[in-house]
Amino acid sequence: MNTAIQAATEEAHNPLVPVFSEIVLALIVFAILFFAIRKFVVPNFEKTFAERTQAIEGGLSAAETKQAEADAKLAELEKQLADARHEAARIREEAREQGAQIVAEMRESAQAEAARIVEHGKTQIEAERQQAVTSLRAEVGTLATGLAGRIVGESLDDEARQSRVVERFLAELESDGSTTSGSGVN
Amino acid sequence: MSFHQSLGSGIVAAEGGGFHAPGPGSFELPPVFELGGFGVTKPMLLLVLSAVLILGFTIAASRNAQLVPGRLQFAGEAVYGFVRNNLARDNIGSEHYMKFVPYLFSLFLFILVNNYYGIFPLLQFPSFSRIGFVIPLAIISWLVYVGTGVWKHGPLGYLKHATMPSGVGGPILLLLVPLEFFSNILVRPVTLTLRLFGNMFAGHLLLILFATGGAALLTSGNLLYGGVGILSFALGIGVSFLEMLVMFLQAYVFTLLSSMYIGEALADEH
Repeated sequence: MNTAIQAATEEAHNPLVPVFSEIVLALIVFAILFFAIRKFVVPNFEKTFAERTQAIEGGLSAAETKQAEADAKLAELEKQLADARHEAARIREEAREQGAQIVAEMRESAQAEAARIVEHGKTQIEAERQQAVTSLRAEVGTLATGLAGRIVGESLDDEARQSRVVERFLAELESDGSTTSGSGVN
Repeated sequence: MSFHQSLGSGIVAAEGGGFHAPGPGSFELPPVFELGGFGVTKPMLLLVLSAVLILGFTIAASRNAQLVPGRLQFAGEAVYGFVRNNLARDNIGSEHYMKFVPYLFSLFLFILVNNYYGIFPLLQFPSFSRIGFVIPLAIISWLVYVGTGVWKHGPLGYLKHATMPSGVGGPILLLLVPLEFFSNILVRPVTLTLRLFGNMFAGHLLLILFATGGAALLTSGNLLYGGVGILSFALGIGVSFLEMLVMFLQAYVFTLLSSMYIGEALADEH
């Protein structure tokens, strides 16, 4: 019976009637909780959220920038490649022209050289011929004289002898009557 | 309370004084210890513990927060993001909602943790089955949404905003204005209180009934009673799962309604 009485006194409190100390405690606890969360928790979460948003947006815009840069670079490289091709073609063409020109020049200069050499040869030959003629003429004179001397039998070196020879020659001519004059001259 | 007393005494009489049926008295716990002549009860300790648990969890989850969250931070952000985006932003609007996020986040976690005490082994007492803990929360929510309305529209402007439905004119207003005032200003904190308190109170009563009743039936010595006792335990387990849902829902609903009231007070149209 004791427990029943105790239960009856406990049940005398209406559960819908608040206990004042509980209201105060709940207010205090919740106030502490609220201010602590507002000061220490929410700013940290918000900071992280903001950073994350910024990181994602920044990453996206960075990717876009990179893409644009890559496109621009690709276009530039293609343009450079086309330029290079064009340049190469131009250089090739130029080289071909230059080569042809060089060949022509070379040909011309070779011809000129050949002509020059031929001319030179001709001149030399002429000069040598002239020299040969001159020296031959002198040689022929000497030779003729020598031959004549030998034929005559005596050297016509000195004047006395010459004159003697001439005299004798003349004498021979006189004696013979027939002549072979002018054989040593010319 | 004569109904409870007669019901309790009736069952007591039927059981021959062996079984003390759970009733409102089950929520009147004796003080655990005295502090300066002031009785400190288990629900009071649980309430303080809840604040410690919530602060410990949220501070641990948000301190040194990284861009790529760890498990704890992810869990904290999930709860915070849920309250911030689904409750606060969707109901209050993206212009002003950040001012109310700390309050709604604290409120949601405070109710959630205190509710789940009800099925936590050894603790097993939902704090908000004590109406004294619920009333301050409802009053704060009331102050917040009325204060918001007054800040936005001015005192008279808010009174007009809260009680005069737009697009309605004429004599019908004589009927509508008192009704709207009653439902929007007076009843809301009461329903907030009673909804949370009632659900926790009734749920806990149900659980006690199934547990203590099952135990009493099992130990009654009667084989048939024993079978019913086992059924009672099985139902008690089922009701526990139902309670887990209700405990979350009540925390959700209290926070959701608070944010809806704030959103309504901030709205330009009634």
